[in-house]
Amino acid sequence: MNEQTVIETQDLTKVYGEQVAVGHLTLKIYHGEIFGFLGPNGAGKTTTLLMLLGLSEPTSGKAWVCGFDPTREPLKVKRVVGYLPENVGFYDDMNAFQNLQFIGRLNGIPDDVSLPKIEEVLNLVNLNPEPKKKVGEFSRGMRQRLGIAEVLLKDPQVVFLDEPTLGLDPDGSHQMLELIQSLSRDKKITVFFSSHLLDQVQKISTRIGIMLKGTMVAVGRIEDLVKEKLGLEEGRYTLEELYMKYFKEGQS
Amino acid sequence: MKGIFTICRKELADHFSSTRFILLFYLILMVSLVTAFMVGTGLRDELKDVAKPTFVFLLLFTSSGKLFSLIQFIAIFGPLLGIVLGFDSVNRERSARTLSKLASQPIYRDYIINGKFLAGLIIIVIMLLAIVLMISGLGLLLIGVVPGPEDIWRLFIYLVISVFYIGFWLGISILFSVAFRSMATSALASIACWIFFSFFVALGASVVSDAIAPVDQTAASQNPELLIHHEQVRKVISLVSPMTLYSEATTIILDPLRKTTQSLLLMGPFERLSISRFQNPLPLSESIYIVFPHLISLIAITLVCFAISYAVFMRQEIRST
Repeated sequence: MNEQTVIETQDLTKVYGEQVAVGHLTLKIYHGEIFGFLGPNGAGKTTTLLMLLGLSEPTSGKAWVCGFDPTREPLKVKRVVGYLPENVGFYDDMNAFQNLQFIGRLNGIPDDVSLPKIEEVLNLVNLNPEPKKKVGEFSRGMRQRLGIAEVLLKDPQVVFLDEPTLGLDPDGSHQMLELIQSLSRDKKITVFFSSHLLDQVQKISTRIGIMLKGTMVAVGRIEDLVKEKLGLEEGRYTLEELYMKYFKEGQS
Repeated sequence: MKGIFTICRKELADHFSSTRFILLFYLILMVSLVTAFMVGTGLRDELKDVAKPTFVFLLLFTSSGKLFSLIQFIAIFGPLLGIVLGFDSVNRERSARTLSKLASQPIYRDYIINGKFLAGLIIIVIMLLAIVLMISGLGLLLIGVVPGPEDIWRLFIYLVISVFYIGFWLGISILFSVAFRSMATSALASIACWIFFSFFVALGASVVSDAIAPVDQTAASQNPELLIHHEQVRKVISLVSPMTLYSEATTIILDPLRKTTQSLLLMGPFERLSISRFQNPLPLSESIYIVFPHLISLIAITLVCFAISYAVFMRQEIRST
């Protein structure tokens, strides 16, 4: 395996009963990339993420994350991968610090190490809540940022973000995007994120993948895909046109 | 292993700060006060006809006074304690969307259940210990009898059995909290189970034994074997209920004068003789020997229902939505 490859799948398939959620997915994601994962609701994006994390067992096919097989060695994968689920939940009766400390302990980080670390990640996501404030009282934007802080606490090599900007106000999602970019730029963390907000994906992704009904219909740099699919030159397109083209083809 | 203790610690903190726990605490305080007072005041009358009373201290727990004894109370309502502690343990995390986060941390998935079970057990131990100590203390004040080493050993064994008994119900409620997504459903299912095993099995046992081994008056008078067979069937069926197992085991342990769990009808001649002629207490080792099968069964069913929750939880896919 190429050492630059961080995530690799081969014919990864998940079948629920009769329905194929993810079919023969073969994909490579390289170190330090921001990979935007697109597709309509129910296309199998979250299922793919779950399989890569070892939370769901693939029906067939193989996957490697940082060189580990998520089905065989889920713990090793979970140690290096941070996952921010869609609509992340917290223990609402604890404050931000306690929530992070709990996650730190689960990751085997001793309290004296996690203490400064928590300060650091909270600063990084620009979240400085009053110590007494319970997470239950947080706004959606704050919760989402706390989620990122939690993911960063364990110094991940890869982060999976499921709809990280969903339901955030324009300012909040702008901050979130900058944060994601800085992860890739400053910390060399590989980011794998799924989203419906195409303009945002276009803004920050190095490569994208479009998934329709469990099949990956396109993978590559946006410019290359546009050139190939729409025959247009750089700078004269939006990702939306490209996406809709694939989407309509998939429908027919 | 560390992950289990982390989760256990958090669960304990949750329990201690919950309103539920405070309510339970007051309930237990009330029960201990009432039982100790009732038994303490009625004990003198009870011992009037006994020539040489032994193990008076244990009577604090077994004597039913005017209403009920402590061991009856625990046998009937102890399960509720276990259910209250466990019925929402997993599905609460699911509905708060914290479960998928928890599962994506580098811990084995069974640590989540183990940690929760362990925390529940610790709470149970604390509560039972509190009850027993409180009754002992009040009893000392009221009747002024000091427990001997054997009393203490018997009480200790009683505590262990009770922890397993309530732990079984904790396991059942955790199992339902894994299987059902709604907390109300899992609470109801656990309570239904409790009612079934605690009240209906005993009832069903006599119905079924009537059907399998019918006894009619004329036949029984010619052939007493029929009666015995009937009684045996009833007995075996009623042992399906953990409550029967528990009550039999604890009465033997706490009442050294009891020498068998069999009812009068099923006793052998020697057992009958020893009960009517020799009013001597059994040594502790013999009491344990009698209830050993009960103990093993209690532990076994606790483990079985725990194993089922494992199997269910391991196969479940954890999604955030």
